[in-house]
Amino acid sequence: MSTPFPSAPMASPVVTAHPAAAPRSAPAPVAAKPAAKATPKRPPLMAQPRVQRVVYPVLVGLVLIALWQGLVTAMELPPYLVPSPILMMKTLFTDWAALGGSLWVTVKITVLAFVVATVAGVLISFLFVQSKRIETALFPYAVLLQVTPIVAVAPLIIIWVKDPTASMVICAALVALFPIISNTTLGLRSVEPDLQSYFQLNRATRLQTLLRLRIPSALPYFFGGLRISSGLALIGAVVAEFVAGQGAGLAYQILQAGFQLNIPRMFAALLLISLTGVALFVLMAWLTRVALGGWHASETSHD
Amino acid sequence: MSIPAASPPLAPAPRPTPAVEVLSAEKTYPNGTQALLPVDLTIEEGEFVTLLGPSGCGKSTLLKMVAGLLEPTDGRLHLWRKPVAQLDESGKKMAFVFQSPTLMPWASVQTNVRLPLDLAGVLRAEADARVTEALALVGLSKFANALPRALSGGMQMRVSIARGLVTQPDLLLMDEPFGALDEITRHKLDADLLDLWRKKKLTVIFVTHSIHEAVFLSSRVVMMAARPGRVVEEFRIDAPYPRTADFMVSPEFSRYAKLLQDSLLRASVDTEETVA
Repeated sequence: MSTPFPSAPMASPVVTAHPAAAPRSAPAPVAAKPAAKATPKRPPLMAQPRVQRVVYPVLVGLVLIALWQGLVTAMELPPYLVPSPILMMKTLFTDWAALGGSLWVTVKITVLAFVVATVAGVLISFLFVQSKRIETALFPYAVLLQVTPIVAVAPLIIIWVKDPTASMVICAALVALFPIISNTTLGLRSVEPDLQSYFQLNRATRLQTLLRLRIPSALPYFFGGLRISSGLALIGAVVAEFVAGQGAGLAYQILQAGFQLNIPRMFAALLLISLTGVALFVLMAWLTRVALGGWHASETSHD
Repeated sequence: MSIPAASPPLAPAPRPTPAVEVLSAEKTYPNGTQALLPVDLTIEEGEFVTLLGPSGCGKSTLLKMVAGLLEPTDGRLHLWRKPVAQLDESGKKMAFVFQSPTLMPWASVQTNVRLPLDLAGVLRAEADARVTEALALVGLSKFANALPRALSGGMQMRVSIARGLVTQPDLLLMDEPFGALDEITRHKLDADLLDLWRKKKLTVIFVTHSIHEAVFLSSRVVMMAARPGRVVEEFRIDAPYPRTADFMVSPEFSRYAKLLQDSLLRASVDTEETVA
């Protein structure tokens, strides 16, 4: 069917034999012209998934903020109950001297705790995969660490550790530790069996297998753990400060603002905490893409 | 046409060292499943031997025992008259190609092929030269820097074969390497494999469940049956090499295929009787 058409579509007797072919070939050049115009090299901006991924959530955010502002204005809510988003942004700028300093303190504790949790978690995972016995013996205690609420343990740590920054870093690191341990351990064990056999066949040493096979295989799991832990480290840092009731971070600002009924400042501090969390998440997502972008299915498969 | 395995070699004395000797090796799993009844099999240097049979006949088990990936429950396996674990002492090398390409997805084609050399501590310059050569052999020189996921299934399998060849092995073990590929790609790779085998004077043990593939490739076919896994018959395929696509449509090819088909049916009947 297809072969005779390009050579002689009109003169071919096949056209008359198949009436369906004639109308199809006739409008084809007509339809081709607008199609060529409408399809430039790239699809329109709004049709690109990359643009959509930014525009859609921003639109939702704008609508919600407008709704919030509208409700506050319409119902004439007092600022000590619900401040308007505009007032919140104003407070953020007028009180920046205090809030900015607190943000820095919270970010510092979060990042320190995250780094400590990552290093400790990875080392513990390496220990776990050395032998099943070690893992069996120690894993319940890792779980114990995870299920004990940090709010309950924090006062003890704060009493034991004199330095306030150190005590809060420890609290936050404890919260962030478990996902790194469990994910990295799972990753280090998730090696494709045939690939492991291949290393065995080539008489690879333990170290070679670890460096060339186990660690790369574990990376996707490890980064999954990082994503969860980065958020948990922030939560841990805030919780620790709440429990301590002292310090200079954002949680302290929220406490103080609560005592003084300075609700706009409380909202501004809350906003900063949320933005810090989002920034951490975006950073982790970017890091994951840089590390796995080329090869892992989680990063290569898009809609 | 079918000659028992024990037939005397065409060349008179002195008898060369056989590449592979399977001496009453058997495999029983701890739960009592008999994966493989005792097998005796001798493979001379330069042979292309196919292990053919249905699923569960123990052909992969036998291959993995030859590779040293599985220990036989009883019996021994020798490579160039040395136990499998001491292959290094004989100065010979073995390479294994798995059913799937088993490549490291994070590493480039080049790095994947270089892996066995890196593990053996071969110097980088020499290793790179050999990788280039191996990639040229399988026709993938242009893709040295690509990641495996950028390649088709057939090309990934070629990478896997290049990785097998890069160590310049004497014995190549292949576990249904082309089973997951489409018919056309498989024929192409089969033909290329034969070329490599002749060029490199390899000894090949090839596992498959395709009768046509077995006839096309092999100088000898070992027919196996399932439940329990065992060797039932052996056939020599005496058609001359090089074998081309013409061979696949020749009456001779059909005759061999029929022979193997009948043997496979007989083996299945045997199985049913033992089950009953």
